[in-house]
Amino acid sequence: MTPEFLIGNMTLFILAIFLGFELITKVPATLHTPLMSGANAISGISIIGALIGSNVVYDNGNTELSGLLAFVAVVLAMINVVGGFAVTNRMLNMIAGKKRRGA
Amino acid sequence: MEEWISIGYLLSAALFIFGLKKLGHPKTAPFGNQLGALGMLVAVLTTVISMQVQGNANWELIIAGLVVGSLIGYWLAVRVEMTGMPELVAMFNGFGGAASALVALSEVQKYMDGGDIPTGLKLTVTMVAAGLSALVGWMTLTGSLLAMYKLKGGIEIFGKWIRTPTWGPTWLNPVKVLLFLSVLVMIYLSIEEPTNETYLWGIIGVSCLLGLVLVLPIGGADMPVVVSLLNSLSGIAAAFTGFIIGNSVLIIAGSLVGASGLILTFIMCKAMNRTLLDVLFKSFGGNGEKQTLTRTKVGSDADEVAMMLDGAQKVIIVPGYGMAVSQCQHQVKEFADLMKEKFDTEIKYAIHPVAGRMPGHMNVLLAEANVPYEQLIEMDEINGEFPDCDVALVIGANDTTNPAARTGEGPLAGMPIINADAARTVVIIKRSLSVGYAGVDNDLFYMDKTMMLFGDGKVMMSGLNTAVKEI
Repeated sequence: MTPEFLIGNMTLFILAIFLGFELITKVPATLHTPLMSGANAISGISIIGALIGSNVVYDNGNTELSGLLAFVAVVLAMINVVGGFAVTNRMLNMIAGKKRRGA
Repeated sequence: MEEWISIGYLLSAALFIFGLKKLGHPKTAPFGNQLGALGMLVAVLTTVISMQVQGNANWELIIAGLVVGSLIGYWLAVRVEMTGMPELVAMFNGFGGAASALVALSEVQKYMDGGDIPTGLKLTVTMVAAGLSALVGWMTLTGSLLAMYKLKGGIEIFGKWIRTPTWGPTWLNPVKVLLFLSVLVMIYLSIEEPTNETYLWGIIGVSCLLGLVLVLPIGGADMPVVVSLLNSLSGIAAAFTGFIIGNSVLIIAGSLVGASGLILTFIMCKAMNRTLLDVLFKSFGGNGEKQTLTRTKVGSDADEVAMMLDGAQKVIIVPGYGMAVSQCQHQVKEFADLMKEKFDTEIKYAIHPVAGRMPGHMNVLLAEANVPYEQLIEMDEINGEFPDCDVALVIGANDTTNPAARTGEGPLAGMPIINADAARTVVIIKRSLSVGYAGVDNDLFYMDKTMMLFGDGKVMMSGLNTAVKEI
C-alpha cells in the first residue's frame, strides 16, 4: 500500500462525508423512517467486500476461517440490502402512492 | 481491464448519491429508493463479473450466499406488519453493521492464517481500520438488536414474556467512555503486536458490550433517535472496511450513509427538542420508576360520546401507538367519513413527530387506510387550531399529549406535545389509565372535559361508528 493510495482513499472519505452532510437538509417527519431505512440498505454495500472475501477461500488453502466469516457476511449483508430496499419500497408506496391519488 | 471495474463502482456511487438526495423529498422518494437499489445491483454485478473475468470465481458459495440472504431479507420485508416495521429496520441495520465488521475480521484473519502479516503503512492502516470497523460494526449489531427488542417491548422465552429493561444509573456514563477508550488502546496494541489474536477478540467483546450499554438506558421517544444513530454508525463501519480492502465504493457509500444518517439523527432530535448528548447520556424515564396511579376516572360509553359528537363542526384526531397496535386505522377513516357525511364536520389529524415508535409511523398507517395526505397536519401547524375545535379524539396516544411535558420537570420535560387539552371536549380511547412509555401519569385523562373510552382501539372505534350512525 503506497501513501498515495491511502491519501486517495482519505480524499474520497472526507469528500463523501461533506457530501453526505449537504445531501440531507430539510426532511419532513413522514420521510424520516423511509430515509433511514433506505440509507441503511445502502450501508449494506459491505456486500462487495464480503463477496471478494468469500471468494479468496480457494486461492489459498489455509484460509477456511477467513472464507467462512466472509460467507456469513455475504448472507447478513444481503439480508440488509434486499430486505432494506424492499421494506423501504413498501413504506413509500403507502405514503407517496396514496398521496398522489388523494391530491 | 481494471478500469471498467472502477467505472462500475463509480456509476454505483453516483446512483447512491442521487438516490439519497431523492429519498429526502416526498414526491421523489420512491424513485430515490429504486436508484439506490439499482446502484447496489451495479456494484454487485461489477464485482461478480470481475471475479468471472479473473477466472477464480467460487460460484457455489457466492450464489448460495446471495440467494439465501436475498430470500431471508425479502421474506422478512414482505411479511412484516406495519406495526413491526421499526423493529425490522433496527434488525437490518444490525446485520449491516455485523457484515462490515465480519469482512474486516475476515481480512485480518486471512493475514494471520496465511502467516504474511503486512508491515509498515499497510499494517497500520489495516489494523486501525479493522479495529474501528469492529468497534462500530459490533456495537451496531448488539445495540440494534437490543433496540429491536426494546421497540417490541419484550422477548418471549419459553412462552414467558420478559419485558426489555430500561436501566441507566449515572455511573454508567463514565463506563461507556472507558469502554470506548479501551478499544482505542487495544487497536494501538494490535499494531504493536499484530500476531496476538487476543486484542482482536478483545476489541470485539468490548464493542459488543458497548453497544448494549449505550442502548440499555434509552427508552420511549428517544428510541428512534438511537436507531438512526446506529444506522449512521453502520455506514461508517462500511467505510472503514473499505479502507482495509482498498475499495472506493465502500468508502464513498459508507461515509455518505454515515454523514447523512448523522444529519437525520440531528433533525429527529430537533423535532423532540432534545440534543443528541441528552439522548445518549440522560436516560429517558430510565430510572425505571413508574408513577403509581392515585386517581380514578369514570369511563364513558360510545353512545354518550356519539351524542356529544352530534353536530360537531371540527374534530381533530390524535393518533398514537395504540392505533398502530389495534390496527384500527380503517375504522378511524370510516369514522371520519361518517362525520363528514352526517354533519359536514371538518376532520383533521394531528401528527406528533414521534407518535408511535418511529417518525412517520402514523402517516404510513393512515395512508394505508386511504386518509388524504392534506388532512395529516404536523404538530406545530395544528397546535394553534385546538381552541376552536369541538372535539379532540385521542386514539391510543399518551406521552405525546401529556401536559406534564410543559412543566419542565420529570422525564417528559421539554418534549413538545400536541395541545389536545385546549380542545372544547377531549375523547380518549385507551385500554386503561396506566402510564405511557415514559412512566408519567397524564393529567389530561382527569380533566372535567375529558371523556374516556376504555378498551381496545378497534373495538371502541367500531362501537363509536355504530353509535354515530344511529344518531
